Amino acid sequence: MFSGRLQEQYTDSSQQSETAQLGMWVFIATEVMFFGALIFSYMIYRVAYPEQFRLAGHDSFILLGSINQALLITSSLSMVLAVRAAKADQQRALVLLLAVTAALGLAFLGVKGYEYAQDVATHSVPVVDYIFKPGEHRPTESFWSFSSTGTGRHPTHRPAGIALGLTSWCGRRRARSLPTMTRRSR
Amino acid sequence: MPHVWLPFWPKNAAHSASLIDRIDIGEFCLVLLILCFVFGMMLVFCMKYRRGSRAPRHLPNPKSWHWEIGWTGATLVAFLVLFVIGAKAYLYLYKPPANYQLELYVVGKQWMWKIQHPGGQREIDAVHIPVNRVIKVILASQDVIHSFYIPAFRLKHDVVPGQFETFWFEADRTGSYSLECSEFCGVEHAHMIGTVTVMSDSGYARWLEDQGATESLAQQGFALFRSYGCSGCHDPASTVHAPSLDGLFGSVVHLSDGRSMIADERYIRDCILLPATQRVAGYPPVMPSFQGQLSEEDLVRILAYVKSLSAGHSP
Amino acid sequence: MSAVDIGMAGAVPRSYLGEEHTLSSWLFTRDHKRIAILFFISITFFFFIGGFAAALIRLQLLNPAGTLFQPEVYNRLFTMHGIVMVWFFLIPSIPATLGNFLLPLQIGARDLAFPRLNLFSWYLFTFSGLWAIYFIFIGGNDTGWTFYEPYSSNFANGHVIAAAVAVFINGFSTIATALNFVVSTHRLRAPGMTWFRLPLFVWAIYATSIVMLLATPVLAMTLALVAIERFWGVGIFNPVLGGDPILFQHMFWFYSHPAVYIMILPAMGVVSELISCFARCPIFGYKGMCYALISIAIIGFFVWGHHMFTAGISLTSAVFFSLMSFIVAVPSAIKVFNWTATLHNSRITFDAPMLYALGFVGLFTIGGLTGLILATLSADIHLQDTYFVIAHFHFIMVGGTVSAYFGGLHYWWPKITGKRYPEMWARYAAILTFVGFNFTFLPQFILGYLGMPRRYYTYAPDLQTWNVLSSAGASILAVAYVLPLIYLTWSIFHGERAGSNPWGATGLEWRTSSPPPKQNFPRTPVVTEMPYRYDPRNGSYTTQDGVHFPEPAFGEASV
Repeated sequence: MFSGRLQEQYTDSSQQSETAQLGMWVFIATEVMFFGALIFSYMIYRVAYPEQFRLAGHDSFILLGSINQALLITSSLSMVLAVRAAKADQQRALVLLLAVTAALGLAFLGVKGYEYAQDVATHSVPVVDYIFKPGEHRPTESFWSFSSTGTGRHPTHRPAGIALGLTSWCGRRRARSLPTMTRRSR
Repeated sequence: MPHVWLPFWPKNAAHSASLIDRIDIGEFCLVLLILCFVFGMMLVFCMKYRRGSRAPRHLPNPKSWHWEIGWTGATLVAFLVLFVIGAKAYLYLYKPPANYQLELYVVGKQWMWKIQHPGGQREIDAVHIPVNRVIKVILASQDVIHSFYIPAFRLKHDVVPGQFETFWFEADRTGSYSLECSEFCGVEHAHMIGTVTVMSDSGYARWLEDQGATESLAQQGFALFRSYGCSGCHDPASTVHAPSLDGLFGSVVHLSDGRSMIADERYIRDCILLPATQRVAGYPPVMPSFQGQLSEEDLVRILAYVKSLSAGHSP
Repeated sequence: MSAVDIGMAGAVPRSYLGEEHTLSSWLFTRDHKRIAILFFISITFFFFIGGFAAALIRLQLLNPAGTLFQPEVYNRLFTMHGIVMVWFFLIPSIPATLGNFLLPLQIGARDLAFPRLNLFSWYLFTFSGLWAIYFIFIGGNDTGWTFYEPYSSNFANGHVIAAAVAVFINGFSTIATALNFVVSTHRLRAPGMTWFRLPLFVWAIYATSIVMLLATPVLAMTLALVAIERFWGVGIFNPVLGGDPILFQHMFWFYSHPAVYIMILPAMGVVSELISCFARCPIFGYKGMCYALISIAIIGFFVWGHHMFTAGISLTSAVFFSLMSFIVAVPSAIKVFNWTATLHNSRITFDAPMLYALGFVGLFTIGGLTGLILATLSADIHLQDTYFVIAHFHFIMVGGTVSAYFGGLHYWWPKITGKRYPEMWARYAAILTFVGFNFTFLPQFILGYLGMPRRYYTYAPDLQTWNVLSSAGASILAVAYVLPLIYLTWSIFHGERAGSNPWGATGLEWRTSSPPPKQNFPRTPVVTEMPYRYDPRNGSYTTQDGVHFPEPAFGEASV
């Protein structure tokens, strides 16, 4: 899969690429533990205060969230196809797919921005500007804290991912050789 | 008892201390036995098989399963026995007592212990208790996690903010013993100490009188019950349809989401501070939260009042 | 006997130390051996900072009135001691120095799988450590290394977020190193090096790395939530805002209990190497030792609640955690019995590494057995949060891990530096360590039983004798730790040159020159034998391809 320069600790390039794959899977396992801890603490409170979280969840925008989910998954798909194009040395397809990924990423950020603006308008920003609706208590604010913590990473990671994608594209155009490392970012 | 002939044995003032000491001494002896065995073998082997000695040596036998299974099995059995002994004692020591003769409320705050007796007597950094009586203690924290520790009883329990903790003890020797905080709680954690004075029944009764308390804890709670407006809804004459508190404590409550709970100290606390999380079935969800308005000491007084409405009940 | 017996006969290849001498050749190296040296320098620095804090703590506790430091300062001292020692010394000590240096050599590889990631790990580590030290020196924090809530978020004055960030970044250094080790062990073993031909040190590092990978991310998230809570005042762990302080404890200890296995498993690996070499005998029950390492790593994830027996957790969960804590002690006991059994039918010499290894077995056994007492539910009610617990974990971490670390350092010193250390001084240091350590920490068991709580800057006057004894022991221990700093440094410049296998030991690292060349082996080794094939009848070791290493003369150079 990877056919960059063979590093000296490897006997052949298939060992190198298999090792890189194993490394990526191990890294994903650590990410599962990392975000799993956040999701776990969210679940604890969800189970402890089911009514409150249901009330809070009502206020979030299901349509926008679903659109974003679709954008995210589609951009994953376009990125994977871009990697495949890279392997098959299809320059134009690669460039097109990288551009699509970047565009979807930007669209995601746009929708996210609109969503956050709506949260501000409905006074649902935890701690900073939060007004309790009738029947709500502290745990509803917690719901929003978790959701911001969880999704707040998107605006921080996405631009990095888009930038990396664009950099790969530029590097590709310059070097006209296969990238030695590709990255998918969320 | 060990403190007679060991210069460094702590005082023993409760039945729990004797129980824990027995378990600990047993374990220390076992530990010493194992250490003697292991160190002894190491010493013997080091001497016998040091280079230059004339002990016979042969090619090592790679098969070692029978030895390993043997000592693994023995170790596992020994450890499980220790576990069972320890667990049984723990369940006895930490289960809230069904029958108790006295109930104390302890509020820990940075950096002092405030103790409230049911008759309204209050003390700071001191606990006066009668000997040979089962005493139930409700622990509450005003701020951070503390830990209520009486070495002479060999007992401690963490005092966690946001919830009531319960434990119990029974002193069996009069005297003065130290009380310490054993969970780091800030600058003066080391000075969050006090004295536990165990007295005879008559001595305790005299002490109670000498405090000059005018109102019992439950009466103080009733005053708060009125001043915070609780009686506005929970009074039988109120027009608001609110659950009656008579006989509530210790009874089974059915909640609107289908759960059933026993109305213990935690339930009462959550009703006052987080009413939306435990709506009682058949009542409108109109009770406001008092989170942030009541200090732990006030909560404890109100709890005492609610309990007094169910005299004779205990969870 | 030629110095290099795998590869070309004749000229000794240039060692990794001699390759290039510029600063950038070190700071941008990808050689795992140089990175190990970089880690060694960093952790030694942090060790002495943490040790200095410990010295100040023991000075304060000489006097029951505790007038040396203000309580604010004392509370920051024990916090600094804990944070620096746990995260910036103990956790990386054996894996990042000895592990980095030896893992590729012992599996017969030329380097780790991801050399640049390895270097990046060092940068993360050193940066986060310096960050922590900086914030400590401009005021520090007083939360204890455990960051308990709600104290850390809402009540502590000090640089709590900075400390949390330092540990967070350090966590990713740990994860990077562990990822490298796991992947390398799976993929880069030399031909013929099957899993059950690996040295126990590799097994230990592998087991440690699994724990690091699965546990550390949870700590990272937990500390991130603490920082978010403190900075933005949300209610994740703060009960006033609907949070649960006990949830913090569960999440923190879910990592921090496996963390103590991260600290001890590599030490066990080192000790297996040392004992087999200096007893000239194969480790008794090699496969059992492998399974024990993996069992400890796995079962260690299910015992965290034993730090919370008095916190008000449900009785059912307390019983479960106690049971698991007893079960996890069984594989450790197996290891102690196996090490002892290795001494049977052997030829023992008491070189410094062996003294450290024997000291480890003794002190670790005491620590482990007192751990059983703490695992006993009812005993823990009395002893939790007292000096008994402090004594218990110092016996394991200091008496255990630090002893093994020093033992391994001495054992592999000739391989790493190409020089021999002065044996008599090393033996004095080992014995002094053992004596000083016992004087420091045995009295603390008594203090704990007498009811002296942890983190107290003053104490009842009748406890002074034991505290003074403990502080006196600490001064001996300090000397014992400074001594190696002096003579090991001396040996780099004036030590006798070492051959490729001064100990006549098994293991692929001894089949290449001391110090090894940059690519480790001129030719990739092929492995066909089990490890530890010493012959106790005459103390020799003959390799698979007929190279014979006789028993080395005691305390003298050989080969």
